[in-house]
Formats: sequence, structure tokens, C-alpha cells
Amino acid sequence: MDKAAIVGVAQTRYERRKKDQIFADMVFDVTRAALDDAGLTINDIDSVVTCSNDFYDGRTISGMAVGDAAGGMDKNISTVSGDGTFGAFYGLMRVLSGYKATIVVAHYKGSEGDVKITTNGMFDPIFHRFLGIEAISAAALQANAYMNLYGLTEEQFAEVSVKNHGNALNNPYAQLAMKITVADVMNSKKIADPLKLFDCCPISDGAAAIIIAGEEIAARSKKKPVWIKGVAHCCESYLLGDRDLAKPVALSEAARKAYAMAGIKNPLREIDVAEILEAFSYMEPLWLEGLGFCKPGEGATLIGKGVTGMGGRLPVNPSGGALSANPILVAGLARLIEATLQVRGEAGARQVDKVNTALAQGFNGPCGQSHCVWIIGGKK
Amino acid sequence: MSDWRKDVEPLTLKGQIAIPYTWHVGDVGSRFLAALRDEKKILGSRCPECGKVFVPARKNCGACFVDISEWVELKPEGVIEAYTIVHYSHPIQPVKPPFAYALIKLDGADVGFLHLIKKDLDKLKNGLRVKAEFSGERTGKILDIDSFELV
Repeated sequence: MDKAAIVGVAQTRYERRKKDQIFADMVFDVTRAALDDAGLTINDIDSVVTCSNDFYDGRTISGMAVGDAAGGMDKNISTVSGDGTFGAFYGLMRVLSGYKATIVVAHYKGSEGDVKITTNGMFDPIFHRFLGIEAISAAALQANAYMNLYGLTEEQFAEVSVKNHGNALNNPYAQLAMKITVADVMNSKKIADPLKLFDCCPISDGAAAIIIAGEEIAARSKKKPVWIKGVAHCCESYLLGDRDLAKPVALSEAARKAYAMAGIKNPLREIDVAEILEAFSYMEPLWLEGLGFCKPGEGATLIGKGVTGMGGRLPVNPSGGALSANPILVAGLARLIEATLQVRGEAGARQVDKVNTALAQGFNGPCGQSHCVWIIGGKK
Repeated sequence: MSDWRKDVEPLTLKGQIAIPYTWHVGDVGSRFLAALRDEKKILGSRCPECGKVFVPARKNCGACFVDISEWVELKPEGVIEAYTIVHYSHPIQPVKPPFAYALIKLDGADVGFLHLIKKDLDKLKNGLRVKAEFSGERTGKILDIDSFELV
């Protein structure tokens, strides 16, 4: 692969409701901020990728409505209807195919639609949609399957919520920064067993942008480029019943390919920090297993031992993760941005010591049907 | 520009998108749904390559990437592979909470079948046997199975 780097990043603060900004306002702000971050102008950008979803936005071809705000006027724009990690993957492909610099933007306002209706809409209209299943109840099925296979406890999942909401106290962009205990999580309102309120991400509004460039632009960007060392995505079956929900095989395959590209043989030893998309508490240990940081069934033990805490061998979600703000589609791009800030050493109070190599992960589809894994680093 | 907005409720517009669709359920889907409606039978289909029995019946096996032509009648009984008891209410749900979603491995099938459990929620456990209860009025849709009940 030719060399490509992340040269500019920006995010809005994530909030339950951004009442002073429409989609295009948010996208314009993060586009301008990402350009400022990179020390580039809109004239340096020759390709635009937007991430949005028509059901979520309540309009058809929703990407087109933010094209101008993303600096796409008189340029080519493509839309990814999926998580920002996949949008960034497409942005990278464009740079590798000859464009000099691609800006990737993602936006979402959970406050304006009805998340249960829109996520019910991702299920098969003939066999599943009438059952009323949506993102939360599907996730609860996965959590149950995972617990049942390995004999895990709700308290083990609660530890993820405690850690990530606590980490969010160090992240000025986070929506739900809280010092809570395992007991607080256990006593929070029952949602769908085994998930309780604090096991679930909030509904969020926000936007994010990232600029991916080839060596020519990277050489004159203001900030130290963060180089893309490996990236891959993989998808598994659509219907929940066709999958073993306790085994994230698509994530394992995406990770295997990304590690091979980046030359990583022992991820736990070679990766310094990970930002992963845990919209629900149980997802963090399950994704850690898929990412090969431990054996299947040992993700919760890894967290319980403190390995993924801020002082541990592999801090996971220093930002507070998606439990602390989950603007859908934006959330994966936020993981990649947070990982970039960690490599740059610009993550402020949430900075992990000596980050050479960082991992970011996002997913699309119910219960993580399709995953995208990024490995980035400071060395070319 | 936005300072004054902190103290006021912004102007919003309420909208509703209700688009009628008429989805063709496919030839395999038609036979599956017609069997629920007319015979109270749950039909699966077996991949000629891997031998996996899918339910609802499929026309193709995605993994082997081949056509499937063999139909298999499944017992309307199986075991709970995964379940969740839902405590929140929403108009998209066909039943008032609490109720459960379950992935049920029907006898003779190799994949989980997603459906509802409405009764005995406090007795639910992974691995317990359940059987399908069919609706009295059936119109050729997935809710022609009313729900599953503990055997």
C-alpha cells in the first residue's frame, strides 16, 4: 500500500440535543475545524465522503444535503450510509486511487427522529420487523447469548460502564461523564435483560470530520501526520439467527487482516491504546475477544484485571467510548479521531503515555454484523 | 451568533414520513408464509453443499453460494438459544411489555428462529424447550405464529 496519513481531525461536543445547530451547521463547523487542524484550505481537498443515513435524517440521499457544508462544491462527493470507520475506509481508497486529500464527514441527530423506529427499520421487513425488534433488544439478545456461553455476570459488564463513564470525565467532547459504581449500574432501570440503563449508550447529537491525505499533502500539513498502517473490514450474515452472536467472527477476520497489513503479531503487546465502538457495555469485552487481545471468553477477565483501565497495559476507550456519547455513524469516526489524538499526544487529560500504535474499531448493522479495524501510528 | 438562543426554545418543524410499501416476499418467502397461514407448519430449507437447514426457508446459501431447492418441514418446537425480557414500551412492538424476544433453535434446524415469548417470563432460561402457538386468524405473515410458549 502507498503511504497515506490522517492529517486533520475535528469533532463537535456530543450532546443529547444540539438545539442551536442543524446538520449542515455541525458539518460546516467540523469541516472548517479539521482544515484548520491540518493547516490546509478547502482548495487542498479534492474529494469528499459524507456518512449519513436517510432513515435517521428523514430525507432521501441525505449526504447531498451536507455536501456544501463539507466543502464539496464543485468537487466529487460520495456518500457512505454506514459508520464513519467505513466512510474513512472509502476516503482512504480514494487517496490511494490518486486523489490528494479526502475529507470524510459524519453527522447524526438522534434528538430529531425516533431511534427505535429507525433501528427497527434495519431488520428484515418480512420476517423480523413486525416483531418490533430494534437495536436495544437485539443487543440484549447478544448479551444474553454471550453471558450464557461463558457464564459471565452482569457485574462484569457493569465494570465497563463504570470505567468508560469515568474516563469520559477527562473528555471535553463526551456527553455522559459520570463517576458511578458497579452498584449504580446494577440498580439502574431495567431496559432489556441483561441490559440496564447504564449498560446502554445515550441518544446523541454530533458530527465529526477527518482528512486523509497522500504523502505530498502530509508533508506540508501543520500537525504531525498519523500514518495508516493497516485497515480492513469484514461482514457476516444478516439474520441474527444465522449467526453465533457470542462469537464476533467478522471482527476477528477484519482484525486478522488489519494486523497482517500493519505487521502486528501480538496485539496486546504491540498496540498501546484502543478506541472501540461499545454502544452497550457487553460489547467491549466481546470486541476485545474479536480483536484478539485475549482468548474467546476472557474479555471480561481482562477488564476485571484492570488491563484496559487508564493505568493498564492496554487502555481501552480513554475517551469514554460510545457509552458516553453515541451519535450513530459519527461514533466510529470519533473512535478513529480519538486514536489519532492519542498518537499525536494531543488527547489532553485522557492522553495515554507513549502511544506509538493505536487501534480504532467501528461497526455497522445489528449486534456488529460488519466491523472495520484501523491500525495507525506515528512512524511512516 | 448563538448567545441569545440559550434562553429560547428554537423553532422546530414536526413531520412524519409514512410511505406505503408493498414488498414482494419472494417465491420461497411466499411458500413459507403460506404454510404458516394454511397449514400451521414452519418450513425450512436445506443447503445441498453444507447441509445446513435454514429457517425461515432460504433460496440460497450465502456461505456456499449455491441455490437451495430442498424443503424441510420443521417441528414447531425447539430450544431457547438466547432471550431477552423487554421492559420498555413502544408503538412498534406487537405486544405490551414485559415480553421476551428469543432465538429458538427449532428441532431439525441449524439456525436460530427469532420470535416472541409472552408468558412465564420469570421461568425463562437458555436451553428450555418451547413450542409455537399459532394465531387464530392467520393472514400470511410472521405473526401468524402468535408466540412461543414453554413446553
